[in-house]
Amino acid sequence: METVETPQPTLAARGRALRGVLRPVSVVLVGAAVFLAVGSLQSEIFAQQTVAGLAQGAVYGSLALALVLIYRATEVINFAQGELAMATTYVAYQLIAWGLSYWEAFFATLAIAFVLGVAIQLLVIRPVQHKSVIAVVIVTVGLFILIDGLVTWKWGADIKFMPAPFGQTVYHLGGVAIARQDIGTLLVSILSVILLWLLFQFTKVGLGMRAAALRPAAAALVGVRVDRMLAVGWGLAAVLGAVAGLMTEPSQYVLQPTLMQPILLYAFAAAVLGGLESPAGAVVGGLVLGVFLNLVGQYVHAITSELRLPFAFAVLLVVLLIKPAGLFGRRTVRKV
Amino acid sequence: MSALLELRDVEARYGPVQALHGVSLSVDEGRIVAVLGANGAGKTTTLRAISNTVRRSGDVLFAGSPLGRRGPEGVARLGIAHVPEGRGTFAELTVWENLRLGAYTRRGSIKPELERVLSYFPWIDDRRHQQAGTLSGGEQQMLALARAFVHRPRLLLLDEPSLGLAPVLVTEIFRIIRELNEREGLTVLVVEQNAHLALQVAEEAYVLEVGRVALSGPSVELREHESVRRSYLGY
Amino acid sequence: MRPRLPALGTIAAAAVVLALLPFQLSGYHQALAAQVGIYFVAILGLNILTGYSGQISIGHGAFMAIGGYTTAIMSRDHHTNLILTMLMAFGVCFVFGLLVGLPALRLSGVYLALATFALAVSVPQLPLKFSKFLGGSNGIQSHTVVSHQRLYATAWAAAALLFVLAWLILRGRTGRAFRAIRDSEVAASSSGVTLPVYKTLAFGISAAFAGVAGSLYVMATNGFAQPNEFGVILSLQILVGAAVAGLGSLWGVLVGALFIGLLPTVSKDVPLVGSAHGQDVVFGLIVVLVMLLLPTGFAGFLARGARARIRPQPGRAS
Repeated sequence: METVETPQPTLAARGRALRGVLRPVSVVLVGAAVFLAVGSLQSEIFAQQTVAGLAQGAVYGSLALALVLIYRATEVINFAQGELAMATTYVAYQLIAWGLSYWEAFFATLAIAFVLGVAIQLLVIRPVQHKSVIAVVIVTVGLFILIDGLVTWKWGADIKFMPAPFGQTVYHLGGVAIARQDIGTLLVSILSVILLWLLFQFTKVGLGMRAAALRPAAAALVGVRVDRMLAVGWGLAAVLGAVAGLMTEPSQYVLQPTLMQPILLYAFAAAVLGGLESPAGAVVGGLVLGVFLNLVGQYVHAITSELRLPFAFAVLLVVLLIKPAGLFGRRTVRKV
Repeated sequence: MSALLELRDVEARYGPVQALHGVSLSVDEGRIVAVLGANGAGKTTTLRAISNTVRRSGDVLFAGSPLGRRGPEGVARLGIAHVPEGRGTFAELTVWENLRLGAYTRRGSIKPELERVLSYFPWIDDRRHQQAGTLSGGEQQMLALARAFVHRPRLLLLDEPSLGLAPVLVTEIFRIIRELNEREGLTVLVVEQNAHLALQVAEEAYVLEVGRVALSGPSVELREHESVRRSYLGY
Repeated sequence: MRPRLPALGTIAAAAVVLALLPFQLSGYHQALAAQVGIYFVAILGLNILTGYSGQISIGHGAFMAIGGYTTAIMSRDHHTNLILTMLMAFGVCFVFGLLVGLPALRLSGVYLALATFALAVSVPQLPLKFSKFLGGSNGIQSHTVVSHQRLYATAWAAAALLFVLAWLILRGRTGRAFRAIRDSEVAASSSGVTLPVYKTLAFGISAAFAGVAGSLYVMATNGFAQPNEFGVILSLQILVGAAVAGLGSLWGVLVGALFIGLLPTVSKDVPLVGSAHGQDVVFGLIVVLVMLLLPTGFAGFLARGARARIRPQPGRAS
């Protein structure tokens, strides 16, 4: 077949522009990575804060990824994501109390989280999702309060103790103290993100989910059961949340119902920083936020620990005002 | 040859606006049938009524049994591929992913289909990993056809394949449609504003006006019909 | 939908009920009724912003905090009359609302929601940092404390006044501009509505209302202004109240205020989950159920009822 010259549509030009935009962002990120490496080599405290920041950031990133997954598919911000994560952490606690080993409970909890996520989507979200975005958001707010109440009712608000998955060991690498827990957190979080990515890129279900999130009408025409994909999406988001919860608990040393509330807020900031539509952005945003907050907390004396959260939100505000689409986002804010 | 698709007195509405006022048509297996008409006549709505992406009443029978309340996913699973206006390609996904989506309802290996597709559209092989949105209009239309073919449907619903394409490409597209019909036995219901081309490719056609079937019959007859010539063929 | 002022009789009846109520209620219930009044004012403010001009805000707790702290500080340092502090809160928050509304012009939808959420989280934390002036985590104690009865009277007087003010604003040109903006910004601006002016104005007015509510809120807690009183939960409660009320309706606001004000205490008495924690379960459950059953809120429910009544007779062309 002979090729015929037709005027290229604007999408081709957009493709080129996109690659152009990505380059400055990549440059900035690479520059940041170099900065961190250099700083870590110079100062032990810098290195410690960086590693700890990465571990915390990985948790923010996991929860942010859960938020972005749901947002991309449904334009809904799930305010209950953190509380769901907290609830599944309590489930793990209960399983351990009933005799399972930590890792047995861990994987059982992930399965239970998936089921819970699917159930919530089917029972509570599906009836409202076609009505209005505000209604769905309010439902998630109601879920936030409901789940919080259920957990406090069943287990009480007092602090509980869970075994630490990676122990309390601290490694010393040339003067730098690195907690085994932090390495473990980083590995687990990154691993779950990678597994999820593999699922999306290389499996049929993953492709169906991506199609359903991008263009539900077109996906239905090729036979994708869009509603089912949404439910699976919620299930996966719940699993990510469970991972985030289980990795947060050791760093707080105790388990209590308020476990994930600040994490949810940081996850919002990370998601916006990375771009609400971008899963990669959520993860990178989380890592960047974690490290940035730690370093600022360490070196900028004006930002004391109680200002950490407002500072994160100041960052969020700045991002929203300068580049609302975030680091990796593409869509414009205003749809005229 | 029995009717693969039958519409009986189908009505359809968009909210309070009724778009189809009792459309009846049938498509025999192995044929190409065209639906013609001006803008707003209800051509696209007819296809939507089949894939149930619009509120409809009346009977739609596929291979003898009614489609009932099946949603578009269910209709696709029965073996009806609907290529909508705008082609329904996933611009953000790669060419290859678009093709794989075509086979979404298929079980088992799709290798033979993919090879057949490449024989019709050899350029796809080089552009597998290109983002579908960066293809030209003609290429996207061909990708949509390729994707529908991978589906291995019994019935292909095509909505205005010529829209926005240069005439050379349009001829090419219709050539491929005819080839798919002749070599693969694909039944096609094509909606077109380009009556001239549609009547060349289709064996029979229905002319819609304001949501009703105004005329129908074999293409050869319609081509000579006075009002068709004046309204749609321009002479 | 244009705000409708009901028949004079209904207003008179409502006024009589409100006036006589405190004499029938114990101090505790008076305080509760006052709480409803406070939520009424706050939800009214949010409704003006979100329901009428279409800009989402999850940050009204922040404005309430500013209003509340204004009252507490003026009372503590200058022994100002509390009513006067309410007026000051109105003014201060109006200005703050305008200041927030300006950058908000660049955002919309979920981004605006998140930005206002950021405010809701950050503003209440500020007293912790500037503890000398703003009292830190210990809070600020006002000089004067009000009795339950006076609080009730002040709250509902303010609610009534502000309701009338809202009605006046919304029925006029400003209200039309707001509704036009909510329905379509493009259409509104091409019809001559100066978007920045009206959008910022909506924020200002809405914040001013929330400021008054915050002022009353501090008075309700023994004149004590504390950071964690004004946390995220408060902003979420106001939002839920507005959604239950039905965005874009002045009358639903009363239902929303009753919902938020009374439900937590009512659910405490539910025998099944009688503990203090059970009330969250009931509250959350009811919020979810209300949204499932009445997604357009109480106002939507009312509207559907009204539409059913004015459906044309059978036989007439629809």
